Amino acid sequence: MIRNTKRETLIAYILIAPFVAIYALIFVYPTIDMFRMSFTDSPLIVMPNGQPPEFVGLENYTRLASDRRFDTAFWNTAYFVLLTVIPGTIVALGIALGISRLSGRLQALVLALFFLPYILPVSVVYRVWDWTLNFQFGIAMHVFDMIGIDRVPVFKVTGWFMPAVALVTIWWTAGFSILLFLAGIRAIPQEIYEAASLDNATRWTTFRRVTWPLLWPVTALVLTIQLILQLKIFDQVYLFSTGGRPNDNLVLVYYVFQRAFQNDHGGRAAAIAVVLFLIVIVVSVLNFQLMRLAEKKQ
Amino acid sequence: MNADTAKRFNAAGAAITVFTVFCAVVWAFPIYWGIVSSLKPEDEVVRPYIELWPENLTFQHYWFALTETQIGRWYINSIATAVGTTILTIVTSLFAGYAISQLRFPGRQPLYWLILASFMVPTQTLIINHFVLIADMGLLNTWAGIILPQLISPVVIIVYKQFFDQVPKDFREAAVMDNATEFGVLFKIYIPMNWGVTTALSIVTFIWSWNAFLWPFLAVTKTEMMTITVGITQVTDAFGVYYARQLASAVLAGFPVALAYLLFQRRVTQAITLSAGIKG
Repeated sequence: MIRNTKRETLIAYILIAPFVAIYALIFVYPTIDMFRMSFTDSPLIVMPNGQPPEFVGLENYTRLASDRRFDTAFWNTAYFVLLTVIPGTIVALGIALGISRLSGRLQALVLALFFLPYILPVSVVYRVWDWTLNFQFGIAMHVFDMIGIDRVPVFKVTGWFMPAVALVTIWWTAGFSILLFLAGIRAIPQEIYEAASLDNATRWTTFRRVTWPLLWPVTALVLTIQLILQLKIFDQVYLFSTGGRPNDNLVLVYYVFQRAFQNDHGGRAAAIAVVLFLIVIVVSVLNFQLMRLAEKKQ
Repeated sequence: MNADTAKRFNAAGAAITVFTVFCAVVWAFPIYWGIVSSLKPEDEVVRPYIELWPENLTFQHYWFALTETQIGRWYINSIATAVGTTILTIVTSLFAGYAISQLRFPGRQPLYWLILASFMVPTQTLIINHFVLIADMGLLNTWAGIILPQLISPVVIIVYKQFFDQVPKDFREAAVMDNATEFGVLFKIYIPMNWGVTTALSIVTFIWSWNAFLWPFLAVTKTEMMTITVGITQVTDAFGVYYARQLASAVLAGFPVALAYLLFQRRVTQAITLSAGIKG
């Protein structure tokens, strides 16, 4: 077939024009602008009659080294990743294995029950858990009483805050990982299990020798998606911090928000944003390379 | 396998099944508890013992939220911005996905890299410069201002590209023989053949946009321009420290997306697995 190249190019440009225009405006330009701003002492919004921001070189970056709030934000983010990524993946895998044994309507119902939280807005999740874990009237406090721990206002006490938010986050986002695991489990050929049962393999052996290795690619995918997602945490931490101790609970995005929107330090906030930007990019690229390596090995 | 081990296996299997169902009920319980609490009078809500069903069922908190607060206005804002985001995302991604999949043109490869790059870039880090940009454009506190930064959605393009790649070339060639234009091919073959994907992607884009918090929270300072997800957490004085009222407002905020999920369960799960790069 003869292709009319000129015409094809023209049509292609018409088709991609809206997309390119939008990406140039809200993706490429803001990214460049963020880097530029991070080398200045700009406030969030430069007033037309105010002083134009000055170039300050690497100052915004060097001062992060001795910035206590940055320290808190960085380590809290790391702590949060530790509390959510692997535990959340294990929980989701367990649930997916349980669901995969069910069938028909029961399976659909059980999956819906586990999946429903994922579909809800964060503010609904916040309201529901703020109520469930309410210090005075929360139903979870009855569980505390039963186990015999003293009631705690979990979102107001620093030591409890991150684990509690991590728990809520796992509850909220597990549905997504469960779906991926279920797709992975369905892709395992049934014959392998039949062969395993002919060999009198126990449940545990079957899991360790068959399910786990065959699910590894999906597990790796879930772990990466979770890792990148949790590095960018903000919403839950912000919401549960209201009326609590935000400065103890800072995470990186929260600190960007605080610097930019509460302290009006645009330049310094941009520097923090760049740091997070680079962390996420490095993690993504590393992961991409690892996946490629793994594929080559196979 | 002898009969004895088979029996043991089944007993253990049944135990696992029961345990799974039990966990599912516990898992969803906080949602149930939130809904039930929103149907109790305030004095019942704060009773020191557990009541799984209201003694005096009441809709007064819903009535209050709908008539005494700006929730109706927030609903309109949420619907307008979520629908706007969905239509713009789907249309621009569908066109771009088609061009990348089916057409050869200079700049195709850089375009593809741009899309892959936007996968990796955390949009949360762009909030400062999004805010400056939208403020410069005079779009703070407007629907357009809420919508614009939400249009970075590379997943949708990639999914479209994959599906368009799979349409057999014969269809295209036959149409071209019949003198169909490029747009004709797109609108008469490629789009109709992929309605399923379009529906699935539209539903999840709508849900994601409805649920968006960080950007709508920053882009709006006037209470009457808030989306419902932001409004119910920011305007607490509208509800006071009335737990049942707060929960009723939360139920109202979550209801549309929960309903969308329950109605289109298969489409939603399909789109979400696709978005992670797994063929569902």
